[in-house]
Amino acid sequence: MTEATSATPLTRAEKQQARRLRRFENPWMNPKLIWGCSLLLGIVALGILGRMLWNLDLVFTGSSTLKLPPIGFENLRKQPGVWDTPLGTDGSGRDMLSLIIIGAPNSLFVGLLASLIGMSTGIVLGFTAGFVGGRTDDVIRVLSDVMITIPPLLILVVFQSSFGDVSLTMMALLIAGFVWQSPTRLIRAQVLSMKQSGYVQMARLSGASTGHIMFREIMPNLVPYLFGSFIANVTTSIVTAVGLEVLGLGPQRIPTLGRTIYEAINAGALIQNLWWWWGIPTLLLAVMFIGLLLINLGLDEVSNPRLRKLS
Amino acid sequence: MSQIPREYLINRLITLVLTVLIAATLIWIIPRLSPVDPAEIALGRMAAGAGSVANADEILATLRAQMGIDQPLIVQYVKYLRGVLVFDFGLSTAAFPTPVASLIGTALPWTLGLMLLSLIITFVIGNLLGALMVWEKSPNLVKVAIPAAMVFTSIPPILSGLLLMWIFAVKLQWFPITGAYGLTVEPGWTWAFISSVIHHGFLPALSIVIVTFGFWALGMRGLMITVQGEDYTTLAKAKGLKPRYILYKYMIRNAILPQITAFALKIGLLIAGQVLVERIFAYNGMGKLLYDAILDQDFPVIQGVSYVIILMTALSVFIVDLIYPFIDPRVRHEVA
Repeated sequence: MTEATSATPLTRAEKQQARRLRRFENPWMNPKLIWGCSLLLGIVALGILGRMLWNLDLVFTGSSTLKLPPIGFENLRKQPGVWDTPLGTDGSGRDMLSLIIIGAPNSLFVGLLASLIGMSTGIVLGFTAGFVGGRTDDVIRVLSDVMITIPPLLILVVFQSSFGDVSLTMMALLIAGFVWQSPTRLIRAQVLSMKQSGYVQMARLSGASTGHIMFREIMPNLVPYLFGSFIANVTTSIVTAVGLEVLGLGPQRIPTLGRTIYEAINAGALIQNLWWWWGIPTLLLAVMFIGLLLINLGLDEVSNPRLRKLS
Repeated sequence: MSQIPREYLINRLITLVLTVLIAATLIWIIPRLSPVDPAEIALGRMAAGAGSVANADEILATLRAQMGIDQPLIVQYVKYLRGVLVFDFGLSTAAFPTPVASLIGTALPWTLGLMLLSLIITFVIGNLLGALMVWEKSPNLVKVAIPAAMVFTSIPPILSGLLLMWIFAVKLQWFPITGAYGLTVEPGWTWAFISSVIHHGFLPALSIVIVTFGFWALGMRGLMITVQGEDYTTLAKAKGLKPRYILYKYMIRNAILPQITAFALKIGLLIAGQVLVERIFAYNGMGKLLYDAILDQDFPVIQGVSYVIILMTALSVFIVDLIYPFIDPRVRHEVA
């Protein structure tokens, strides 16, 4: 922001106040939200630009010297990093940069896909339970109560250890089977309370159809909650996927960040001081989770104006 | 208030039983759907040990009969459920004649110990920090430092575990890298053993604490903001009570209770996270047992561990649901 943008110069205090007012006008222009989205977009950009600019054949085993450090470092054998593999190589000679270009968007993809499916299921089930009521409601409520208690990781461990290799999409679908419960419960509760509210009663009195009430009257009020729940589910899905990968399950033939960490731990990368091997995927995952957290915090502030005063 | 309404209890009990039943069924049904034949894996293991196996078909048939997988599915299922009720998951295939239950029996105390310890520490630290973030009298440093530190709490424990392990066990060598106690120490109630356990457990516990207290702090912050706006807080201030007294007796006391239900929802993730931490620290708990079983394709152990962990989760949720209204008189046992 430059000083001489407006014709009548404002004092510092006035500017600050103006900014604060603007923030109240449009809650979506939340700094945390913007930062969080930028971090995630950064990872997507890494995937897209990397595919365009970098030679991804280096991801194959043995395509470079083993255990090379990143540029500017030396490994235990006193080999310096080279520009062909700027982030170093792993224990079987794969280029770390190619690994993360392919692996990082994969993790995000699993999270988004699983969460999207879970969310759609949740919306359908939540609205059905809230509107139809009766037996249907009982079944959906009990089922989501039951499924929310079962940790997805363990069922998926059983699944993948008996089925062997899975594809990325398959893993996302499996995880989706465990992330529909919280949106279902959330939407059901909100629908039940909103059904009694004045504006829904009014819409019903004026002869609006159930579909109209659901999607035009109730849905817009749920948007911040839905976003929040969606982001929380993306985090859960990625954590579950990484957990499976670190246990040596998950897709075996596609590079993922979790699998890279798994291989690094198994090869004793920690003790051999090959910090880039486990460190780079760890760092990227951390960036991803911090981005998701910031988005969630930002969404909290959007939907709960009381929180905004604090920051 | 003094007693639990019958209908509520029955309702919760049904949920508990259904949870355990569905989980047990899933664990049983999934391997049956898979094309992998456990008898063939066992035969493969024998072949790998012996070099070659004569009359493989007969051995396969015997193995199937031993494992009970030649019977009709419904018989197998009933047998399985009956076994699960008394924690009988059969014999481990990798450590052959050892019953799965005894393997779990040795691993479970370690997991429970680590979990309780890290849980208590996080709950106290997290809620206190969350409360201080809202309290107007807390030093400015707290208000700046906590949000910064909380950014790191979005990370799953496995990542923090790797980082802490690298810094404190590999670089600084303050703590051992793996295991739950030293190899040279004899297990028993001796000071040497206990100190060794604490020394080994410190990093795994810390890696869980460091990434979970933010969850509590965030929740607490939201609740404290609500409590801050309540009339009784304003009244307490107007009466001129000491700020610290208001913080503990008026604000935290009222805000902390809903946190306990949040715990019930979070426990599944907590346990799953800890399983992974145990795996990277090779801590002698359920996580390591599960990981070793996955490596060995030891299905009975995988089933047993998964079942016990799910049972633990379901039981904790059940207990929290039951005792919660006793802790918080504002909530009554709803007959839903």
